[in-house]
Amino acid sequence: MSSNATPRVAPSGATEFRDVATAHAPFPFGRLALWLIVAIVVVDFGWIVAKNENFGWPVVAQYFFDPIVLSGLYVSLGLTVVAMILGVALGLVIAIMRMSNDRLASGFASLFIWFFRGTPLLVQLIFWYNMSTLFPQLSIAIPFGPTLASWDTNSVITPMTAAIVGLALNEAAYMAEIIRGGLLSVERGQAETAEAFGMTKGRALRRIIIPQAMRSIVPPTGNQLISMIKATSLVSVIAMADLLYSVQSIYNRTFEIIPMLMVAVIWYLLITSVLNVGQSYIEAYYGRSDRRNAGAAKTAATTEEASH
Amino acid sequence: MTGALNQSAVGTRPLVQARNVHKSFDQLEVLKGIDLDVAPGEVVVILGPSGSGKSTFLRCINHLEAIQKGFIEVDGEQIGYRVKNDKLQKLTPNGIARQRRKIGMVFQQFNLYPHMTVLQNIIEAPVGVHGESRRDAIENARQLLKRVGLSEKENSYPRQLSGGQQQRVAIARALAIKPKLMLFDEPTSALDPELVGEVLATMKDLAKQGLTMIVVTHEIGFAKEAADRVVFMDGGVIVEQGRPEDVIGNPQHPRTQAFLSRFL
Repeated sequence: MSSNATPRVAPSGATEFRDVATAHAPFPFGRLALWLIVAIVVVDFGWIVAKNENFGWPVVAQYFFDPIVLSGLYVSLGLTVVAMILGVALGLVIAIMRMSNDRLASGFASLFIWFFRGTPLLVQLIFWYNMSTLFPQLSIAIPFGPTLASWDTNSVITPMTAAIVGLALNEAAYMAEIIRGGLLSVERGQAETAEAFGMTKGRALRRIIIPQAMRSIVPPTGNQLISMIKATSLVSVIAMADLLYSVQSIYNRTFEIIPMLMVAVIWYLLITSVLNVGQSYIEAYYGRSDRRNAGAAKTAATTEEASH
Repeated sequence: MTGALNQSAVGTRPLVQARNVHKSFDQLEVLKGIDLDVAPGEVVVILGPSGSGKSTFLRCINHLEAIQKGFIEVDGEQIGYRVKNDKLQKLTPNGIARQRRKIGMVFQQFNLYPHMTVLQNIIEAPVGVHGESRRDAIENARQLLKRVGLSEKENSYPRQLSGGQQQRVAIARALAIKPKLMLFDEPTSALDPELVGEVLATMKDLAKQGLTMIVVTHEIGFAKEAADRVVFMDGGVIVEQGRPEDVIGNPQHPRTQAFLSRFL
């Protein structure tokens, strides 16, 4: 009834009037109020934090670029990069082993993942650090035969090597599962096509499967990288002078615990923010093949639906 | 009848020889003794109801599926095996990959590489597997694209193309390896009806140019027009084969008659 009445009210120029291009959105009073409230709370909170002398902002500023802090930062970053590269490389190998038809390979991979995911990283680190109590000598030898070369464990397993080995092996276990998930996400027909065109398994993986798997591997790997940066703080327990260990060494002397922790927190946040930006670029790169045609794909889907 | 046809085709020695091919998936026996010879230049269309084993047989020819009994030979080489010290030995994966290099295949779902442009899709195997120079491969790819009528699409990604266009690219990609034999696995079954024609036209064109083709399809019209021989499969065996006008026009076996009656 009422809808019938509407056109009669404005018969002249009705079509132009009803053109949605001329429509206005109603003023969003509710949203504005919400924004205002949130802004007030945020500013107030910021004010409280800034005004609180216990945070010791001048101390934070003073030590932010302190040489000890910076060298700790480099150690954390270096450790992250090295452990991540080793972890991804080893993880790829483990993932492929896990997916192979060879029982020996897939069995070993399962065992590896089971062990390194099943024990806390902190425990693994302490374990590696104390290797010498288990095996005082490391040697290369023919099984049950003569020894070819031998080293004192304590000279090989420094805090640095213990940290790298511990972080990398743990990371490999997680990356193996991420990579395996990515490889499985690629449609079965792709591997089959590569096979039918006479590609070797290695080439098919490198050229066809892995590039497609990257789209589902990159986001969780970004997560892993960020976790890794934070996990490096665990190595402070084995006396590795990372970022956390460095600020600890300072506040053990000055007792300015909170300001020094704020230094570490801000550095960690800065690094992870930079990584987030990097990750979105990598994601855009691997998504390039369907970026321009999200619309086209949608139309294709609708025509398909219509044709059924 | 088949013999006469084989003689009329170009060569004397068959390009494809399948003898007593058996294939089972677990308990289910899909192929129960297939014998088929395909002469060089011959176009063989395999028809049959779903589940008759026709796609499986096609996939056995390039060893995407391993057979359990009998043998398949393509261009004088037994697929998947070699003779060493007078004994038959399974080929290594790389050996099988080498045998596949002279067999082109077109899939029902196109299976273009979605992360590569049309041109990259076509040159991938020629450059990476056959060791062609990039420049030659690109030149050849452009000619093939022209042949399938998609010259202007070389920089598009597969998702930007219609199904029919994608399948034509897939045909160009298979032709780029200069195959001795082309296998088509229901190439039009995943297409909207209005797009089937363009793909069939491309295939008819190839048939005319003397390419050896084995085509599994439901397109009776294509079989009539382009096939040298029609093979009708049902229940894992070849029920009837011969010239298209005989098998389609005047089927002898009741199962062929029943199958074809659905298309009239």
